[in-house]
Amino acid sequence: MSFSERFTQNFVDEQRYLYLLKGLGNTVVITIFAVLLGVLLGFLVAIIRTSHEQNHNLKILDWLCNLYLTVIRGTPVMVQLLIMFYVIFASSTNKILVAILTFGINSGAYVAEIVRSGIQSIDKGQFEAGRSLGFTYSQTMRFIIVPQAIKNVLPALMNELIVLLKETSVCGYIGLMDLTKGGDIIRSRTYEAFLPLIAVAIIYLVIVCGLQALAKRVEWRLRASER
Amino acid sequence: MSDKKVLFNVKGLKKNFGDLEVLKGIDIDIHEGEVLVVVGPSGGGKSTFIRCLNLLETPTSGDIIFEGSKINEKSTDVNKLRQRIGMVFQHFNLFPHLSVLDNMTIAPVKLGLKNENDAKTKARELLKYVNLSEKEDSYPNQLSGGQKQRVAIARSLAMEPDVILFDEPTSALDPEMVGGVLEIMKELAEDGMTMVVVTHEIGFAREVASRVAFIDQGVIAEIAPPEEFFTNPKNPRLKEFLSKVL
Repeated sequence: MSFSERFTQNFVDEQRYLYLLKGLGNTVVITIFAVLLGVLLGFLVAIIRTSHEQNHNLKILDWLCNLYLTVIRGTPVMVQLLIMFYVIFASSTNKILVAILTFGINSGAYVAEIVRSGIQSIDKGQFEAGRSLGFTYSQTMRFIIVPQAIKNVLPALMNELIVLLKETSVCGYIGLMDLTKGGDIIRSRTYEAFLPLIAVAIIYLVIVCGLQALAKRVEWRLRASER
Repeated sequence: MSDKKVLFNVKGLKKNFGDLEVLKGIDIDIHEGEVLVVVGPSGGGKSTFIRCLNLLETPTSGDIIFEGSKINEKSTDVNKLRQRIGMVFQHFNLFPHLSVLDNMTIAPVKLGLKNENDAKTKARELLKYVNLSEKEDSYPNQLSGGQKQRVAIARSLAMEPDVILFDEPTSALDPEMVGGVLEIMKELAEDGMTMVVVTHEIGFAREVASRVAFIDQGVIAEIAPPEEFFTNPKNPRLKEFLSKVL
C-alpha cells in the first residue's frame, strides 16, 4: 500500500480524523480547566504555607496543606484518576469533569511548591520595605512579593502546564477519549500503528512548541523592568 | 531641645537573639526636629536598635513609646504607626517590578492616604527634591546605587512621615555616590525632618547631628552634641573607636 493510501485509510475513511479532532478537543478542555484549578489551588496552598512559616498562625490549615502535598505528590496521577472515577465519583458519568478535577488537584500540588519557592526567592528586604511603609502582611504579599514571585516562577509554571498537557494522555484508562485515546482507537480499527500514533505525537509536539513560544514572549514582557 | 515634643521615648529596651543579648537596656528620648546619629563598632547593636524603633525587630523587653502610644504592645496597630515612621535601608529595597514613580505612589495610594493623582503630583515634587525628575519612568535596576538610595529616601518621604530612620544609608554605595545621598539627608535635616541615622560617616555626624550616640556592647555608652562628642569623648571605648575612624 502506498503512503497516500495508508493516509487515506487511517484518517479520511469513515471520517477517522474525527477521533483525533474530538480527542484533541477533550485534551485541550481538560488541560485548560485543570490548569486554572491547579493555579488557584497552588497559590492558595503556597500562601497558606508561607504565611504559616513566617507567622506561625495557621497550624491546622498548614497541616491540611502538607497532607495534600504528601498524598498528591506521593501517588501516581493515573492511580488518582482511577480512584477519582471508580471510587470517589463512582456515580458520576461526566468523565471530563472527573478528569479536570483530578488533574487540577494534582497540578495544584506542584504549582504550590513552585510558587512557594518563588516567594522564598524574594529578598527579605522587599518584605521589610513593604512593612515599613505601613502595609500589612497580606498587602505586602499582594502588592510587593507575589508579583515579583510570579515573574520568577513563570518558566517553571509554563513547564508545569506542558507536563500537565501530556499527563492528560492517561485519560484513556477511564474510557475518556482524549487525543491519545483517539489515535489509539484509529490504530485498533485500521491495524496500523505508525501513522495514527505519529499523528498524535506531532499534535502534542506542535502544541508544546506553541506554549513554549508563548512562554518566551510573556517572560520577555514581564522582564521589561530589568532591561 | 527640651521644649520640643518627644517623638520617641525608649525605656529599658532589650533585645535577645536566642542566647545572644544584643541590646542590654537602651534609654533615650528622641525629640521632634532632632537628628540623632548613631555610631559604634559593628555588632554593637546599632542596627538592631533602629530596627526596633519601627518593630522590624520585636523587642524582648522594655518600652518604645512613639507619639504617646506604646508601639510594642499587641493592641497597637503597628501598620498605622509605621505609616508615620519612614525607613531607609542599606540596600535600598526598592521594588524592582515597579517604576520609580510607582515605587513612590504604591503605598500612599493602596493605603488610601491619597488618590492616584495627588500621589503622583507629590511624588514628582519629591523626585525634584532629590534631583531625579527625569527618572520617574525608569525601573530601579536602571539606576545607580546613589540614585536608588535617593529614590528610596523620596519613597519614604512620599508617606509624609514624622520621622525617618536611616539604617546605614551609604554603606552599600560606591564612594563617589555617597556625597549626593548625604547632601539630600543634610537638606532634609535643615528642613526640620526628625531623623535617626545609623552611619559610619563621621563627617555627616559632625556637621548635621543634633546629638551623636555611641552604641557599644548593647548600650548607649555615650551621647552628646557633636562638638563635645568628638572633641571631648569620655568613654574609653569611644576614645578607642574614634581613634580608629577619625
